[in-house]
This record gives sequence, C-alpha cells and structure tokens, in this order.
Amino acid sequence: MAQIFVYSEITKLSLELATAAHNLCTAGDSGVCMITINNETQVAELAAQGLRVCNISAPDLNIADTAGMSIALQKAAEQLETSVILLASNRRGKELAGRLAEAWGAGCLTDIKTAQLENDNLVFTRNALNGATVATQLIKSEHKVAAISPRSFPVWNGSGEGSVKTLEVEAPTTIEVLEVRPKAGDTTDIQAADRLIAVGQGVENQADLEVIRKIAQALKAEIACSKPVATDRKWFSEDRIIGLSGKICKPELAITLGISGQVQFMVGIRDSKTIISINNDENADLNKMADYVLAADLNEVLPELARALE
Amino acid sequence: MNIVVAMKQIPDLQQIRIRDRKPVFDNVPFTFGNIDKNALEAAVQIKEAGEANVVALCVGSSDLEDTIKEALAAGADEAKIVIHEGDMESSASAQLIAAAVKKMDAPDLILFGEGSGDNYSSQVGSRVAQILGLPQVGYVSKIEIQDGSAIVTRSLEDSEEVLKVKLPAVISVTADLNRVRIPSVMQILKAGKKPKEVIVENELDIKAIGSMIETRSNLAPEMQRKLIQVKSVEELVQVLNQEGFTGGN
Repeated sequence: MAQIFVYSEITKLSLELATAAHNLCTAGDSGVCMITINNETQVAELAAQGLRVCNISAPDLNIADTAGMSIALQKAAEQLETSVILLASNRRGKELAGRLAEAWGAGCLTDIKTAQLENDNLVFTRNALNGATVATQLIKSEHKVAAISPRSFPVWNGSGEGSVKTLEVEAPTTIEVLEVRPKAGDTTDIQAADRLIAVGQGVENQADLEVIRKIAQALKAEIACSKPVATDRKWFSEDRIIGLSGKICKPELAITLGISGQVQFMVGIRDSKTIISINNDENADLNKMADYVLAADLNEVLPELARALE
Repeated sequence: MNIVVAMKQIPDLQQIRIRDRKPVFDNVPFTFGNIDKNALEAAVQIKEAGEANVVALCVGSSDLEDTIKEALAAGADEAKIVIHEGDMESSASAQLIAAAVKKMDAPDLILFGEGSGDNYSSQVGSRVAQILGLPQVGYVSKIEIQDGSAIVTRSLEDSEEVLKVKLPAVISVTADLNRVRIPSVMQILKAGKKPKEVIVENELDIKAIGSMIETRSNLAPEMQRKLIQVKSVEELVQVLNQEGFTGGN
C-alpha cells in the first residue's frame, strides 16, 4: 500500500508534519516516510526520533530552485509508491506545493490548520475569504499534496533509531543562486511567543511605545502590531504584523491596544487562549471577541498599567 | 519585452457580510486582489525603466469586462480575459491561464501576486509555471531585468535569496515590492480605449477541467469568549494575576 511522504527543509516543521502524518495513516497504509534532500544533518535529526527517513541525493539541486525540487520529490514519490505528500505551509513549502501538485496530477490545499482522517478521506480546514471564514475541504484526487501551517501540530516526539535510506535522483538546475543572507534587522519570532502585546492604530504616539515596552517586559510578552502600524507608520518591521498577510499566532495571552478587530487581523490572533482588548472605542469589534475588555483612554491606561505591573 | 500579469477578480472583501455564519455575496462588487495590483505595478515599473508591453490576463465571471478597466487604468497596455462562470479550483484557473498564455506572443515574464485576496492558496503561479515548463521564483520583493535574465530577491521568513533566473520565467511577488499608485483621471478615461480581448474558453487547448477538491462547508468561525467588561486598570491587573500572567513565566 501507499505511504505518506513528509518534507520540510526545517526540522522542527518536519517533526510537526510527522505528527500530522501519523494521524492520517489508514490501516492499509505502509506508514510515514520522512524525506530530506541533500541534508545529512536533518537525516540524523529525524532518525534520532525513531522515524523512517529517505534522503534524496541530487548533487546539482539547490533548495532555492522550486522547479528542480518539485522534480526531485515527484520522482521519489513515483519510485516509492506514495499517495500523500505533506509539506509545511511556510513560504518555500507553499511555492513548492503548487508546482509539485501540478506535476504529479494532485489536488492540493495550503495553509491547512487541521487535518483528520474520516472514513478513509483526508479532511482539512483552512482559512478562506481573507480569514472571514474557515473552509472544511477534502482532496478527492488519488494523489494529494497538503501544506500544513507551522504550529498546527505538536512536534513529533519519538525515540529509538529510525531507518535511513538514500535515493539518487537527477534534477535539472533552472536558477542560479547569487546570494543568501539573513533578513536584516528584526529577528523576533512573534509566533513563538507565549504572550503578545499587539499595538494598533489606536495607539496614537510613537512615544507611547516606551511605556508599552515596559508593560511587555513586566508580562514577559513580545510586542506585535496590526498591519498599518508596520506598513504605514513604520513603527515596527513587517515581521511583527499579526494577521492573514502577517503571522498567525496562538499565544496563551494576547493584549490588544487600540485595535479595532478587522477580520484580516483577527485571523492572526483568534486562536489565542486569552484575549484582552484595551481600546478608547467601546464599540470596537474586537471588544466583542475578547475575554476581557477595558474601554478607556489609552493615554491614561498605559502609564497606569506599567506602574501597577512594576 | 512582453510581460503578462495574471490577476484574479475577487469580491470586495470589505463588503462581504456574514449571516448565520455564512458569507453573503449579494451586491458585493468585484475588484482585484491587493497583491495582484503590486504585480501589475511591478510590470509597469519595468516598462518605465525600459521597454515592455504589459498584458493583464484574467479569468473570471462576465463582470470581468468591467473589473478589467481597473487594471487598464493602473497601467496595463491591453487586457485579455477568459470568461468562466462559477467558482474554480486553483488547478482549473492555472489550466485556463496557461492555455491563454500559449495563445499570446511568447511572454518573457509572467507575474503573479503571492496569493489571491480571497482564497490565498498561492498555487496558481506555481501550477502555471509547471504547465508551461518555465522556471519560477516566488515571494519576490525586488526585480531587476538584465540581459535576458531577471535578478530577483526572494523574501523568506528569516532569510533572503538573490537569484538569477533566465527569462522566460514565472515570478510571484509580495506586497512590499512596491507601492501601488492611484490612477489619474486621465488614465481612467484612457483605460476604456485600450485593447481588450475576450478569449472564449472553448477555443483554448485544455484538458477537461476536473475537480480535485470538495468543499464541505465554509463558515465563519465561532468565537467563544468570556466578554467580561473590566472597569479599571486595577481590575485588569487582578485579571492578569488570576489568569497567572504576572509573576513568573
């Protein structure tokens, strides 16, 4: 019977996908095969979790080359009788998903939040209409490509020595890599934070950020923002944007400051465990989607809160 | 050079209302996705820096004949539209777009937004690149054309790659690539006179358009929140204490 392939270039995401894949295995499936590409370090990391690993060896292939990556994975899938390929829905994974699905004749979904097996069908949920709705969808085609959002599944926690094999694959080169560099500036990962303070347009003065930083420090929270605060006001880098075109976060605590609660923002925060909304505007939509609401003048609330938490 | 910008007609997301958890599309006008507009702006900037013919290519319902004027006003030289009523999966859109591209003067560059405004599956550009057998780069935040190649910056979550891709190629762009300009009255008036061709789906060389995805439901999520009004900062601090958010981590 066919097996489930799992591939992400990032080991943490690969291990999240391993959990998803094991949930999706039917009785007849021959299990989960973790794919790595030209990456011995990752082979060892995955095998140490007791997983079955297949390393694709394609000497000329660069990970930046989506067309080549798609060919390598498609060839591996065909040689190793595979019916489902799980990818991470990070940028690289999403770009690869469409190409691989087209080449392999597969139906494909991306940005998946949940994945379940129901009567031999793989059923997924994902955001639609810019986050206004959540669609429940299934892939009907024989071949399936599913890209799952980071942090949707717990990291696989296995033990024992997994098996490792190597598959030689030839993949063409279609692009030339001139430079790879870390993204300049902000490296804060708001998705990894347990507590977030989100700054919205209701915070009127940039000078207020100082007191907001104090509050964040006292609560051991990271500071994030709504889109316009980064793109229009440039108070923060775009890496701190919460929302559909920013980051989807699931912190234990999210405190929103002067955020109205448009759908595009809410999608990035609605899975938080506790939401506290502080807003000048008592009619803000977010006040109807929060656990605790303080409708009061931010200019007064912020310094008072900082003092109280000191 | 020939540049094709693939744009998706979507309902104006700001105007969709939710009733009984279901999205209501009645009387919601159509527009283009914001990032599609960035892709078009990128093409117009390439044209301004050198010489190019910019074609806006769209697949969608008959309302497109009207919606397309937005793209023509924003700088496209001509428009090609493929009319297809009803919802379409990414695989179907990709087939129609690729087939329409094959009928045109061979493009050097096919641009997409990184994802459509409504579905955001980010599949269509990649699928079109595969069908046409072209190299691709996604999530591009900078494009420079140089002797038959494009030097592009792909912006990933924590790193950037500077890549050289030989044209023709498919490139999908991010929103921070540029700032979309607002068309002048003159441009809007001229838009009506620019060439606009309707391509009939039957005339395209495509396989039967099948369906590989089944949508069981599409509903607004239910939010279960406590909705407790807090009267003062003092009360708020009490809440934070109760919920265990103060003190240790």
